[in-house]
Amino acid sequence: MAITVTQAAADRVNDFLANRGKGIGLRLGVKTTGCSGMAYVLEFVDELNPEDEVFEDHGVKVIVDKKSLVYIDGTELDFTREGLNEGFKFNNPNEKAQCGCGESFTV
Amino acid sequence: MALLQISEPGQSTAPHQHRLAVGIDLGTTNSLVATVRSGNVQTLPDENGNHLLPSVVRYLDNSVEVGADALLHAVADPANTIVSVKRFMGRGIGDLRVLGSKLPYQFVDADKAVPRIQTRGGDVSATEVSAEILRALKKRAINTLGDELQGAVITVPAYFDEAQRQATKDAASLAGLNVLRLLNEPTAAAVAYGLDSGREGVIAVYDLGGGTFDISILRLHQGVFEVMATGGDSALGGDDIDHVIAEWMLDQAGYTQDPEPRLARELMRAARAAKEDLTEQSQTGIAIDTDEFQWHGSLSREQMNALIEPLVRKTLMSCRRALRDAGIANQDIIEVVMVGGSTRVPYVRDRVGEFFECEPLVSIDPDRVVAIGAALQADVLVGNKSGEDMLLLDIIPLSLGIETMGGLSEKIIQRNTPIPVSRAQDFTTYKDGQTAMALHVVQGERELVSDCRSLAHFELRGFPPQVAGAARIRVTFQVDADGLLSVHAREENSGTEASVDVKPSYGLTDGEIEAMLRESIDHAEEDMQTRTLREEQVEAERVIEALDSALEADADLLTEEESQTISAARESLVLTSAGDDPEAIKKAIVGLEKACEDFVARRMNTSIRKAMKGHAIDEYATEDE
Repeated sequence: MAITVTQAAADRVNDFLANRGKGIGLRLGVKTTGCSGMAYVLEFVDELNPEDEVFEDHGVKVIVDKKSLVYIDGTELDFTREGLNEGFKFNNPNEKAQCGCGESFTV
Repeated sequence: MALLQISEPGQSTAPHQHRLAVGIDLGTTNSLVATVRSGNVQTLPDENGNHLLPSVVRYLDNSVEVGADALLHAVADPANTIVSVKRFMGRGIGDLRVLGSKLPYQFVDADKAVPRIQTRGGDVSATEVSAEILRALKKRAINTLGDELQGAVITVPAYFDEAQRQATKDAASLAGLNVLRLLNEPTAAAVAYGLDSGREGVIAVYDLGGGTFDISILRLHQGVFEVMATGGDSALGGDDIDHVIAEWMLDQAGYTQDPEPRLARELMRAARAAKEDLTEQSQTGIAIDTDEFQWHGSLSREQMNALIEPLVRKTLMSCRRALRDAGIANQDIIEVVMVGGSTRVPYVRDRVGEFFECEPLVSIDPDRVVAIGAALQADVLVGNKSGEDMLLLDIIPLSLGIETMGGLSEKIIQRNTPIPVSRAQDFTTYKDGQTAMALHVVQGERELVSDCRSLAHFELRGFPPQVAGAARIRVTFQVDADGLLSVHAREENSGTEASVDVKPSYGLTDGEIEAMLRESIDHAEEDMQTRTLREEQVEAERVIEALDSALEADADLLTEEESQTISAARESLVLTSAGDDPEAIKKAIVGLEKACEDFVARRMNTSIRKAMKGHAIDEYATEDE
């Protein structure tokens, strides 16, 4: 089981954490909302929960709760730019389909 | 797939419900939009990487250009290219006429309240021009953030009055922006530096922009920024620095003619480049090579400092005045925030630091600091932060009140009250049988309405006639979080209501806004005396009015002699109340009341007898007897 982070994403996460002045890492997860079943969660983490698993890649601590992990195991987190917009992207091998907007998915 | 941003712990949003909000610095020369993404506040650039959007709008036959494209045509097509529209916001045609001789625009007088500028694309108001700038920034934000905006915080100068704030809000709604709130520019700059959660005390915000200089003295107390004083110069900025350098170059070259527009532009460009070089270097080379003018030379930082010294001194004089208005000393300032591109000049920083005796805050880009503060505030207002982050409050800069008898201003909400706020006060009628009341809403610190600023007139009509003083009219002033006022009047006995939203009643010049506070202090004593006099005069008028209506009804109760005594006392009151001695009027009122004592008692008895006529005395027995 593993979650990976691209160099571009790691650089951004480290910048954002430094800027924020606190936080131990980045939470990746899923929520069961959205038009197509599930939605991704991306949050700063200030403290760990007992059910959390911690991965480390390119110097970034990635925190995932065990329930979410089954849906996103093997995911690579990337940071990209599309026109003026920029942000993070989940490259999730478990994903079977996305809703048209791309904000929620099914496995 | 959509690109994601990092949220605060527990603040992840459901798909399609991103709480996207921006801060907008709607400036005189340039405008910016900023937002908080992944906990990181940043201004948003356009496709070419430019963060600043020149606040310039050019009207074509069927389209509108905004920003750099429009700016390119400002010289060639001045009548249709509107620059510095912020100066016209919330202003009446009269104010614009004063500026008019220097402006290339044709103003149309069709609608008196809102002057319109004639352009090739039709007549436009200042509000509509500002809306175009906001629309361009909104589009940039949506393209960057990938979704609709939930709202925006827009900054305005601290000295903006109700009319100018309302005009700004109207521009936002024209542009389809939901205004979370308007925020004072110096407050936004202080927020960008996190001063709102810092040490309580007095902060100075020194804002030297391209064409304007503003100094604001703020006091932070219990999470509220109170504007203690503002000052500045609406015609002093970075352009003037460039100008003195350009003049110097002409001097050095021994050029005595007036430069052609093209050469003038080239000189200004070279001057600006030299100024910018001298921020980092102590010496810079200058080369100008046009057909009519060639010059090569160099400028040292010391030389430039000497050139701009008079300009910097002028700003510091404004600072001194603002401190005096605020009633504090230089050493009381705990932080100085630097805003505006011209504060990059090291000499400006040094002199400001010396003046306030503290190291100015310069770590945030001074062009962007206001937009950044607005974005931070927008992020809190839209709910992306957890509860511990306090909502920032603003205060009312000038007292709000209504006109009472004698042309006096009765203040309902005192200045420096935190907003939003709602305050009510009861008033009554002045004459018997009165069924309507005119309400005049005013702004300012002076005692006389004629010295205050008129905001709105409205009438409460159709309440039942009652004797003077019996009607209960409750007037409620409500100021929302943006500093916008609505006034509501209700006659409590009948439930008759009327209200007014303070719509721009345009017409206040720059100097007046800033001078209002100062005048109220300068004239405090005189105002107090005038107030006392007016109050006695109103009272005299009321007494005479009451006497006259009593005489009309019951003159037959008086002997000839009594009637003469009363008439003499009445005359003496009429005479003294036309004078300016409140004590004398007071005495005359007492004199008249004394002369009328018997008459009043006799009237009372007569009316009781009249009322009791035909009734048995035991009908009046009380139950417990």
